[in-house]
Amino acid sequence: MSALSFRNVWVEYGSQIVLERINIEIASGSFLSVVGPSGAGKSTFLRLILGQERPSQGAVLLDGKPFPAEPGPDRGIVFQRYSVFPHLSVLGNVLVSYEFEQRPFTARLFGAARRRAIEKSEALIEGVGLAEHRDKYPSALSGGMQQRLAIAQALARRPRVLLLDEPFGALDPGTRAQMHGLIKPLWRDLKMTIVMVTHDIREAFALATRLIALDRPRRDPQAPERYGAKITYDLDLTRDGAVPVLGFLKTGMG
Amino acid sequence: MNIAPARGSRMVLAAIPFFLIVVIYIMGSAERRAANPEDKLLPPISEMAGTTKRLATEPDRRSGDYVLWTDTAASLQRLLLGLGISTLIGLGFGLAVGLLPIAGASFGTIVAVISMIPPMAVLPILFIVFGLGELSKVMLIIIGVAPCLIRDMSIEVQNLPREQMIKAQTLGASTWQVAIRVVLPQIMPRLIKSVRLMLGPAFLFLISAEAIAADVGLGYRIFLVRRYLSMDVILPYVAWITLLAFILDLLLGLFARKTFPWAYVEEPR
Ligand SMILES: Nc1ncnc2c1ncn2[C@@H]1O[C@H](COP(=O)(O)OP(=O)(O)O)[C@@H](O)[C@H]1O
Ligand SMILES: [Mg+2]
Repeated sequence: MSALSFRNVWVEYGSQIVLERINIEIASGSFLSVVGPSGAGKSTFLRLILGQERPSQGAVLLDGKPFPAEPGPDRGIVFQRYSVFPHLSVLGNVLVSYEFEQRPFTARLFGAARRRAIEKSEALIEGVGLAEHRDKYPSALSGGMQQRLAIAQALARRPRVLLLDEPFGALDPGTRAQMHGLIKPLWRDLKMTIVMVTHDIREAFALATRLIALDRPRRDPQAPERYGAKITYDLDLTRDGAVPVLGFLKTGMG
Repeated sequence: MNIAPARGSRMVLAAIPFFLIVVIYIMGSAERRAANPEDKLLPPISEMAGTTKRLATEPDRRSGDYVLWTDTAASLQRLLLGLGISTLIGLGFGLAVGLLPIAGASFGTIVAVISMIPPMAVLPILFIVFGLGELSKVMLIIIGVAPCLIRDMSIEVQNLPREQMIKAQTLGASTWQVAIRVVLPQIMPRLIKSVRLMLGPAFLFLISAEAIAADVGLGYRIFLVRRYLSMDVILPYVAWITLLAFILDLLLGLFARKTFPWAYVEEPR
């Protein structure tokens, strides 16, 4: 189980209010897309779930309980860039999470334990289609391949919640479509809760079961920092039939 | 700008300046000898070769040492000790200051201030506190080199994308694990680069300390024979020190390329 609840959450940086009065229940196993203009606070929303950021007011709960205010293995993340470790090979990038898990002091595995971890890592690498690039360093991979690796890596510890911050934003449309074909079955098979920030509203409709938009409904031209962003749209995409919003149609629901 | 020499002609091109210097030296030396057979300023190359051979292969009349080699061994030992300890300090503190906000807050400023102290100015203090033995010479190198390495390493740590630290934590890594598996390997190439750049200052401190108080060492020898204007010793020693520094630099460079291939992927040799 991995339901997330935001209870009256505010985030302020000094006098700047970024998010205000965020209330949302995200059901376990849902695929939530978050859209909104640049600077609306989408990444801040993810950082709250990640535990990298604390709300100024209110609480974020995982399965009804507060969780440690630091990133941990129950919540995985894929960033748009810098997600993989440049000094480790494709295999090493996935393997390292098992080494973190099993060897607190040396963070290195040897012998039979290493072989078992390599097997698990290889299965994940194969799952994202990077089997033949196992021994390459990330700098030798294309952008799409690096993001595949980042996904395989994020799945290694079986997180209950997977956070994606514009993960495909830097990819060309063809590669992006491939990535959509990759992430959707993974989500369905692994039964995680996914929260994905995206700029691409089609992407949001193609993948998600629910879509929210973060935006500032009120603006004070003299003091733009006075009002924070709220949830301005909240759409259930699982209902049958297309739901027309913002001129786009829901497509690709499988 | 766009005409790049091929490998063979590159070596020829690199050799030309050296060749010119040798030719100019030989001409100058011959000219001065013709004017004054007692000239000591520019001894002929044959004389320098003879002196070098004597220093390298014949035991000294008084001490029985092979002077060139005992000097080299003493100096290299001091240099490598000083540089080695500085490297460890630079790496350890640099990592802590760069990675841990608490360590950064407590040590960042003091390291910045210490790195501004001119090391030569504290040399007398070192001689007073640590005596005239090996320790004061090694300490001078450490004081001159370590603070720069600490600063350089901490900046390198802070330049790593924050996303990587977060990512590592979401893979279950502790602070210690992040330090040894994520940060340490990524700052090693930069560490070796910085140590290579610090070779020059390290030699400067070594030779200064040896010039002032030592009874063996390359710097000691140069300043000893200076009194007799023995350019036939000084010039080969300078060339030898330069060669040693060059070889150390080369070895460090090769080591970095072998050990951290991922850091040199886009950099064609
Ligand atoms: N650590 C921080 N300190 C101060 N302001 C911040 C910080 N992080 C984000 N902000 C501000 O919060 C707002 C929302 O940022 P972000 O969540 O990154 O937006 P988005 O991801 O939607 O583009 C921005 O105006 C940004 O300037
Ligand atoms: Mg963002």
